[in-house]
Parts: sequence; C-alpha cells; structure tokens
Amino acid sequence: MPVEFRKDLFADERDDNLAEIGKPHIRQDILGHVTGRSPYYDDHLFDGLLHLRCVRAPYHHARVRSVDASAAERVPGVVRIIRPSDVPQNLNTLLALLNFGRDDEPLLTPEKTGYRGEPILAVVATSEAAARDAVAQVKVDWEELPHVLDVEEALKPGAPIVNTTYPNNTFDYHDRYDHQKLRFGDTEAAFAQADHIVEGEYQMSPIEQAPIETCGAIASPETNDRFVCYTSTQALFFSVAVSAKQTALPSSRLHFIGGTVGGGFGGKVDSHHEPLAILGAMLTGHPVKYQWDRAEEMQVGAPRSGERWRIKDGVMRDGRIIAREFTGFFDAGAYTRLTSYGVQKCTGHLPGPYTIPNVASNTYCVYTNRTPSTAMRGFGITGVDFSIECQMDRVAEAVGMDPIELRILNAYRDGDMKAHRRTAKNCALIESCQVVAQKSGWALSPDAMAQSSRVGGGAGWRAEIPETVIDHAGQIGERRRNWIDTEPFAGATQRDRIAAGTANEHPATGNAPQRDDMVIEAERLGFKVSDGPPAGAPSYGTRATAPTPPAAPSFTPPQTPTPPVGAPVPYPNAGPSLPPAARGAPAASPPVSAAPPTPPSPTTPSPQPAPTVSTTPPSAPAGSQDQAPRAPRRPGVSRFISGPRGRR
Amino acid sequence: MTLHSGRGFACINYPIGMNLGGDPSQALVHSTPDGKFKVALSAIDLGQGMKSVTRQIAAEALGVPIEDVYVDTADSDTGPHDMGSFASRGTHRMGNAVIRAAAEARAQMLEAAAEELEVNASDLVTDGRGNIHVRGAPSRTITVEETAQAAQFRQGRTLAGRGIFLVPMSDVDPETGEMTPVSCFAHAALIVDLIVDDETGEVEVTHINSAYEVGRALNPKLVEQQLIGGAWMGVSHALYETTEPYYPDRSHGPEDFNHYLQPGPGDAVPHHISILERPAPDAPYGGKGPGEMCANPVIPAVANAVYNAVGVRCDNLPITPEKVLRGIRANGGVRPPVQR
Repeated sequence: MPVEFRKDLFADERDDNLAEIGKPHIRQDILGHVTGRSPYYDDHLFDGLLHLRCVRAPYHHARVRSVDASAAERVPGVVRIIRPSDVPQNLNTLLALLNFGRDDEPLLTPEKTGYRGEPILAVVATSEAAARDAVAQVKVDWEELPHVLDVEEALKPGAPIVNTTYPNNTFDYHDRYDHQKLRFGDTEAAFAQADHIVEGEYQMSPIEQAPIETCGAIASPETNDRFVCYTSTQALFFSVAVSAKQTALPSSRLHFIGGTVGGGFGGKVDSHHEPLAILGAMLTGHPVKYQWDRAEEMQVGAPRSGERWRIKDGVMRDGRIIAREFTGFFDAGAYTRLTSYGVQKCTGHLPGPYTIPNVASNTYCVYTNRTPSTAMRGFGITGVDFSIECQMDRVAEAVGMDPIELRILNAYRDGDMKAHRRTAKNCALIESCQVVAQKSGWALSPDAMAQSSRVGGGAGWRAEIPETVIDHAGQIGERRRNWIDTEPFAGATQRDRIAAGTANEHPATGNAPQRDDMVIEAERLGFKVSDGPPAGAPSYGTRATAPTPPAAPSFTPPQTPTPPVGAPVPYPNAGPSLPPAARGAPAASPPVSAAPPTPPSPTTPSPQPAPTVSTTPPSAPAGSQDQAPRAPRRPGVSRFISGPRGRR
Repeated sequence: MTLHSGRGFACINYPIGMNLGGDPSQALVHSTPDGKFKVALSAIDLGQGMKSVTRQIAAEALGVPIEDVYVDTADSDTGPHDMGSFASRGTHRMGNAVIRAAAEARAQMLEAAAEELEVNASDLVTDGRGNIHVRGAPSRTITVEETAQAAQFRQGRTLAGRGIFLVPMSDVDPETGEMTPVSCFAHAALIVDLIVDDETGEVEVTHINSAYEVGRALNPKLVEQQLIGGAWMGVSHALYETTEPYYPDRSHGPEDFNHYLQPGPGDAVPHHISILERPAPDAPYGGKGPGEMCANPVIPAVANAVYNAVGVRCDNLPITPEKVLRGIRANGGVRPPVQR
C-alpha cells in the first residue's frame, strides 16, 4: 500500500529543510507497546484492591420506588454499598468547565432513570465476582415510565420528558432557542431562482468507539491524605476537574496518572470512572478499581450519536449550488455530555467545504431515552459529511455533471466568505480532488484540472452574498406547546434582514506568547507564506456588492515549483487521465495529463497576500493595535510565529 | 448471482482544534546537567503518537537531536494543564505550547553558550547535532552538554522554558450562527472501488485511492498509520458498525465483538495514499491533525459507489446486506446509473 508525498504541491509555502520535523522517527513508546510492556492503568497492582460495579436500570425510562440492598450487603466480600446520597456533588455536566449548559447528570441516579443501563447504586467488594453477585442481589422496585426513542417523536407536544433539567427534550441554546441556527444570505429567495431543487434525508445510527482497552480507573488512598488515580482518560485535567467537583476534594489532594491509553476515539472523555473510583477509595480506605466489561463498554458507554439530516439544495443548470438548507437532529440520549457542543461544531462546519451564498440550518440536540452519546473521532462532523457528500452526488446527477467537477466548481477557495462569516484561507480541497482523480484515472476536464484553491476566491459570483434573512422561530418551549415544523424558517411569524458579512470579527488565532523569549526565531518557523490582509476579501456591505479585485500580485514564491506531470509514484492501478474506456488498465508509462494541478506562477494574479515588507499590515484586526511587535521582522520572512499571527 | 462493480467519490474538510477555542495547553521544558531536555506535559497518548510528535517538535524548536529529548506526560503532579486529546487539538494546541517552551529554553541555552564563548547570543546557531557555534564560524563552538554544565554549575542559570497556547473563546451568534470555529482545516478527497453481490447484498471494498492534505506531515509514518487506520474505520462505519442495528429501536444491541461487526486485519483494503502539505500559518510547523478526519470521506464514498454499482441509494448507515437487497428489490432489480 504505497504512500506518496506530493512535495511538488504548495512547495512555495513550505520550508522543507527542517532537521527533525518531517522525519519518520520511531515512536518514543513503541518498543514497550510491541513487547507488551507499556504500563496501562490496569497494569498498576495494589494490595487489597477492591472492585466496583454498578446496579443499572433495566428500563428505557423508569422511576425508582425503593431499593433494598440488605441481601447484597450480606454477600461475602461486599465492603460497601455506595448510594446516590453518598456522592458529595452528584449532578454534573461535562462542559461545566466551559460554563456551557446546566448540571444535568447524576453520577448515581437517585430517583428517575432516563436510559437502560443508567447506574443507581455501586457495590464495592473484594472481588469482581462478589461485586457481580451483590449487584444481582439488590432488589429495586421499579415503576416503568413511558419512553421516547426517536428524535423527532421527542420534539412533539406530549412526548415523555427525558431529562428534567431540559423539560422540552432539547438543549437550550443562548437561553432563547431550542436549536442552533445558521443564517447566511436568503435561502428562500434563492430556491425560487434555482433551476433544480434537490432534497435528501440521511441517517447515521449510533457507533461504538470500540477501544481495545475498556474505560476504567483505579483510585487509592495515599499516606499523605491524597488519592492517586490511574486512569484511561483522554483528558487528564478534564477528569481531575470533574472528580474534584463530584467528590468535593480540592484538586491538590488528587494525583492523576495516565497518558498511555489503549485506544480512545472519543469515548474516554466522559470522566465517570475516576470520581466513582475515588469515592470508593474515600469510603473504604482501600484501593478501588472501576472498570467496564465489554458489554458495558458497548451498551452503557456513550457511543457516537445517531444523527438525522435533511438537506435541500437549490442548484443552477451549470452546477452552482446557490442555496442549501439543513435540518439536523443529534440524538444526545438521556443526558447532554458533549452533544450540545457537537451541534455548534457542526453548525460552524456547514455547508461543508463549499462556497454557497445562501445557507440556513436548524440543528437540534435532542434528548431521548437511550444511552447518552458523546464524542467520537470526527465528532459533530462525520454524520453531516456523509450526508453532504451523498447529497453532492445527487446534485451531480440532477444537473448531469461529473461528481468531482461539481465539487471543484463549488469548492471553497482562499478569500471566500464562509457561512459562519469568516474568510476562508489555507484551502486545499480542489488540489486534493485533482490529485486523487488524476491517479485513479478519473478524467476531469482541462478546466477542472486548471482550478486552484489560491485563485479566484472572494470574487465574482462567489462573493455575491445577499443580506441575511433571520427569523425568531423555535423559542425554548414553543414547539412543545404547539407543533411547528423543524426546518429553517418554519413557523416564523416575522422575518428581519441583517447585513451580509461579519458583525463580530474575532481573530482565529492563538494568544500572543506571554514573554518575548517564548517566540521562536522567524527563520526557524517552517513557513514560507507571508501574511497580511486577506487579499481579495471583499468588504461585504448591506447588499451584494462587486468585490474588490485581488491585491497586487506581488507575492513571489521563493521557488517556482515545476508543475507535476503525471503521478510521481508509478502506480499500477491506472494512469492519469486515461480515457474512460481504458480505465483500470495498467498504464505502461505515466501519460502526460491534460492539466495537472498547477500552483500559480509568479505572474498570475494571486489571492495570496502581498508580503508586507517592514510595514504594518494595512488593516490589522480591531484590538490588535496594542500588540507591540515581538518577533524579528525581516523582509519576505513570515511573521507567523506560533500563535499571534496577524495580530501585530 | 452477479457481482457489480462500482466507483464512488467524496471529499471533505475538517476543523483542527477545539471548536470555538477556549482550550489551553501548557508545556514545560528543562535541561538536565548534561544537556538533555525533558518535556513535561499532561497530554494523553492514545496511540496516535502524541509523545512522539511533541518530542520531534521540541527537538526541532530547541535545535538539538531528537535522542536528546524525552517527553514525560500525563502525571498531574508534574505536567502542567492541558485540555485533553480530542477535537484534533493535540498536535495543534500542544505543539504550539511546546514550541514556545522550547523557544524560551533555547534562548537561555544560547545566552549561556554566549557567555562561555564571549560572543553575542544573537550570533549563535545550533547545528541540530548537539553543538552551538558562531554563525559563519563553525570553529568557535561549544556543545549543548558543555553549555548545560556551564549554565547550571558555573553560571547558576536554568535552561528551561514554559509555553502556553490558547485560542481565545469565540461566541456563537444565536440568530446567524456567526462564529470563529477554528483556525485551520485539513482536507481529503477519496475514490472507492467496490463490488456488490446482488444475491447476498454484500459489499466488498476492493480499492481506495486517497489524497489527504495535512498541512505538514510532522512524522510521515505517524501520518501513514493514522490514514490507514482511518480508512479501515471508514469502511467499518460504512458497512458494519452500530450499537443499535434497528435504530431508533434499541433491540439486538451487540455486547461483544462477535456481534459488533468490524472488518478483521485481513479485510484491510488496498489503499494508495497521496499526502499534500499546505502548511497552516498558526499550526506547529504548519501541521494539521490528520487523525480525526481520515475516516470521514470513506463513508460517503462507499455509499456513492454502491449507488454507482447497483443503483441503490443507501442513505441510512450502516449499509448492511439487508438494506442493499431491499433497495434492489424496491428498484425492481439492479439499476446502475452510468458506469464510471
């Protein structure tokens, strides 16, 4: 399975003469991994280790009438039963750290459970077998409650209330709406002008992170009145903060050790094992391990959320997508965990890597009576990318266009305004499409092969963005009283218009180094790009305006890369740009492709910013004036220092 | 029974770093008396190579050989705060923090060396092999080891640095969704070739061609492992995996790997990978995290290829044999569109 590096592309933006970066160094920890000697949390051995297991709800939605643990307490080996009342701070929400959302999930649930498998009681025993026996001996008088499992059913008036902290079955956004809105341009007007309307509905079911090492933690009292905790967490201080809060211990009494994890993929952020293991150690004075078995990992452990998406596109005959609307439902399960954040991350990602002048979305974080979902590799993006890319093929079919050429036509480019109202930069979608098409023998037109992410952005039709239409539908609780549809603008009684473009510019960059000597020397950065104002960025007015032409093409790459001819690595599957009939046949020699991806030559008008030679950038972002230059400044040398770019 | 071949395409971008920011990472770097450097972090190595990539970044920024750097991570008593290994933030946030810490330590190392050589620190360069010398005069040189010894035992000076990297938190506008989600994006485009069996409904992915744009491959082998593993996960998501096969119904949920289906090692699809590198201006040496995004394009490309093969749009994941067969039946047979 060959890997090729297309060093020819964007070579003018890189310094490839670095000493250690870019080298295939052997991993620092690999010898331990491949010889089975790397210590994971469960490899730490303790005398007198106790084992913790939970009593779990057998119903989707139920009320605990009473609990009788007397038989369980008599099981030989049982040391302690932990009840909800034993937890110093039982309610938490993961993003409390960022002050986002309300505490909605108990560590051990006292009264009403919202999903099958929800823990209501913990048993600490001298062996795992004894803990399992005791769990089976706990008698719970359950009252089963009506449940709701489908995201759209959960939004209907009269649906069972899953999570009493959010009684409308939706997360509250901005104390105002039951969903997160995205509004950019005027989709309704654009649909009226479109030659085709293309609609699709997509569904992704929950998926398990499936790490080899299941989630867990071991906590042990130390002689110095502290607790050490070995953990599989993906986020050490996240788990410290959650544990300190729920056990009401100052973090100075917690010593967390982790760092080598047997696969995470997002499922080891939730920090439920650490506080319960520490609580067990606090209450028994012994080391306590809380570790999921595989069944718990798969059915109680939080999966990637189910997502449902409806997409509606307005498309012109030539393939330009002029409007796109999304209605999205993230299935949070019974508690918020990180889903509320995933919805906002997803909203910032819409409409995918395409420049579409009119975009609207309503995206819901919905509570249902299932295992809470959480982060997983690609969090907030995987489901909608599946939907968008299936939708793109539907659009291509509707207009009779090659699917890759359709993407290249609509692909975002440096200088385009994105739907979340920031200017695109550092784009490379077009080049990625060209490279893969070329090496797979998927013929693209010379025009498609000649396109570049660095040319043409923020100009022409790409910059014709009308005023934005906003509505105020979907206020918190409104939908529970009287059903209104979920798509953008549904139920809107009033529409307002606001200016296109940014209202609240916020630099997409890191903080400045706090001291001068934390600044790396400019010539050791590894970049060859120059910064400055985003060239060609139109000043978006209150109506569609003709964009300012790109800045003077004074950007001169330090080296002019030779346009690639054919695939650099001989590849047996197909030669570049073979005629359709010849596809799949081995290419004897790499044929010269029609028009390979070509970086702009020094004479091509380029959207790249002009190098600012020893003067301040003409338009530094607001608030940057107080930033004194900290780094050495040399003509033609990037001032992008790891962090404060564009702010000096 | 007929086998139908199909080809599908998808392309994506992926936000690098925690959405909206507000997620700091810190790093500490210090030298031993013999000029070896320790990097103290609390980042988690999930197998993605966090320890290794921060080690390379530290060595590069310090200007010393990688063998002279060791990363110690994830002990809350010694490693400073980090938000965690998620949201494609590890390399981006922690890498930048390490650069800053290493830059401060390097500045002190050059000052100590300057005192020994009786020159200005600004005239000194490192050769990346453990030596410091006067720019343009390689014979006026001192080793990093001698510098560390002199600094700590004669000059009473630490060779240490602290770094923090924070992207300040962005608001989200309630009405328009205006926000600054992240500062850079990785990219991918991918073509899947597969075969659909119209009797069993089974789909076999036979080949993947991909192009991934990762800013800079800080360690090409670590990038390769991510992309190969990610493609495997993408195929698995597309065709096999779910904890709730009849979602939203909760029945038949798998509880072990006999019932939670995933491809085995022998099912890894032949995959030709092309790596593009357009450095992101605020990322460490331009590198964007490739780990999260790499499964994403595979899933729609498989769905589009199944449509290309048999004319069934599988808009509901995973694309099980049952769904394929039901789709073929609903269409009144295999009805592929124009073959690619």
